[in-house]
Amino acid sequence: MIVQLLISSLVIGSIYALLALAMSITYKASEVPNFAQGEMAMVSTFITFVLLSTYNFPFYAAILGSIIFAFILGVLLEFVFLRRAKNPNPLSYIIITIGFQLMLYGLAAWKWGSEQQQINLPFSESKVIYQNDAFAVTELNLATIVIALIVLFIVYLLIQKTKLGLAMKACQQNVNAAKMNGISANFIMLVSFGISSVVGAIAGILIAPIITLDPSMMWDPLLKGFAAAVLGGMKSLWGVVLGGFLLGIIENFFGFYISIEFKSVVAFLIIVIVLYFRPSGIFDKHYVRKV
Amino acid sequence: MRDLKTNYFEDLQLFDNRVQVFWATVLLLGLFALPFMVKSYYLTIVNLMAVNVIVALGLNLLVGNTGQISLGHAGFVALGAYTTVFLLKMGVPILIAMAMSGVVAGLFGVLLGIPSLKLEGPYLAIATLAFGLAVTIILGRVDALGGRMGISVPKINLQWTGLKYDTSLYYFIIIITIIAVIITRNILKSRIGRAFQSIRDSDIAASAIGVNLTKYKLYSFAISAAFAGVAGSLWALYLGFINPTLFTFILSITFLAVVVLGGLGFVAGSVMGAVVMTFLNLQLENVVDIPILGSIVMKFSEMFMMPDGVSNVSWVFTGLILILVVIFEPLGLYGIWLRVKIYWKRWPF
Repeated sequence: MIVQLLISSLVIGSIYALLALAMSITYKASEVPNFAQGEMAMVSTFITFVLLSTYNFPFYAAILGSIIFAFILGVLLEFVFLRRAKNPNPLSYIIITIGFQLMLYGLAAWKWGSEQQQINLPFSESKVIYQNDAFAVTELNLATIVIALIVLFIVYLLIQKTKLGLAMKACQQNVNAAKMNGISANFIMLVSFGISSVVGAIAGILIAPIITLDPSMMWDPLLKGFAAAVLGGMKSLWGVVLGGFLLGIIENFFGFYISIEFKSVVAFLIIVIVLYFRPSGIFDKHYVRKV
Repeated sequence: MRDLKTNYFEDLQLFDNRVQVFWATVLLLGLFALPFMVKSYYLTIVNLMAVNVIVALGLNLLVGNTGQISLGHAGFVALGAYTTVFLLKMGVPILIAMAMSGVVAGLFGVLLGIPSLKLEGPYLAIATLAFGLAVTIILGRVDALGGRMGISVPKINLQWTGLKYDTSLYYFIIIITIIAVIITRNILKSRIGRAFQSIRDSDIAASAIGVNLTKYKLYSFAISAAFAGVAGSLWALYLGFINPTLFTFILSITFLAVVVLGGLGFVAGSVMGAVVMTFLNLQLENVVDIPILGSIVMKFSEMFMMPDGVSNVSWVFTGLILILVVIFEPLGLYGIWLRVKIYWKRWPF
């Protein structure tokens, strides 16, 4: 049973990890916790759904289409709304992303209704790949974990091994010094929001078959993803990913052994307790602001 | 009209000049005459506005004046509402039940405040958010409080006023709201309020001049939560039936939106924000009935969207208003009011 629980923890944990990573990318670039992340992922997932079922696109073309859409949506949020803020402070950024979240939610509920839809991915939940006495792995489980790991690896390569990633890191550490070295900080912000939106969209597409597809589908996962990012430490790339898996494990094991009803509560209470001892998450250094 | 203040006691006065006294009296008389002029449906709208005003006042103390964010105020409102229902069922008088709601919510505010002392930005946001969700989920599982199905609120005894129940409830809520406004305003003019503002502007500088950060941050959380608790108590009375799904994350966000729309850090801002936001929400829920906008929205809806989902337009407009306010008018409605006032003072020069 433990192995089975571990598998389901890894599945949900990998989705939390993707969402946490998406939150972390924008937070590192701009100190904005992007509350619209979930709704952006939801709309992108709906785009996949429409491309698949209404226009009968082949699966990979639909995924490609929604990834491009997600990138544009992220760029839009940064370029049209966040960049225009007068005298910005963290609170006003938070409000802008919340406003964007409400707008996207309203538009999606207006367009697609609040009824639940079914998205058809080529991996099914009923097809069992491996099975023995103790546990079974379905195709969907495996695909979710593998795709999530691939995306995490690509983002890792992008940030650690490319010039773009170097520029992103430079902007995070010191915007003015980065600008003096010829990096366009505005462009980096745009790309960061685009990438983060794409990562979020993939998480949305992966979670859609597990929960059902409707405009409020990302509320809970987004809060969990955000919580996972905070648990690991918003600014540490490894931290947020580990935080995601950790949250998945805590939630599933508590839900099975103690109480399924209080599953979500415990996840959040643990976060409050962890933050009490480590105010910047488990894997991040806590810097006290100097005068 | 003299605008310059020459001593501290002038700063403490509730009204700066006679003109303000006049308009405040007009407003009060208007509020008290309202039940005799309009139908009781409009009274319920004013009740809802008043409840939102109380939450906004408390939240504005925390967010606007102390600079700490909270995404969990729905949790405090829920605590207040459920405490009141529980005590009313036990036969406790409403005033004591309401006070207890404030106290319980305030204590939980301190409880949340303690781990939040060291937190900033997104970490504080997630801690408060977690608290709000946890409270709602736990309250929703207590069978003595109705569980997931909800619980009906006993009607309070207001027959001694000799008025209809709706009317006397309206007076009750309005009086509490006015008291809350005056309390908030006085807090801000006192040592505590100035300590709050110094923490918001720079916590390091504040502690250097002797502001006890722990104490005042906890005060801020406690007062803010107590206001939300009292508001929850009144909200329960006004709704007559509460269930856990009322107190969602979206409700917390709406409260934050009210404060930002009204103007961070201003008492008048909280009031304006709550009144305008409540009104807008009620209007936008029936957007089709609005004269010109309604037909445009409907036509658009038939062309591109689903016509039955048209009530969701309220989300779109709420979001858009929030974004536009933050981008173009960071001081919110109060900022607009200030600019208009200054413009007319010197008009036409």
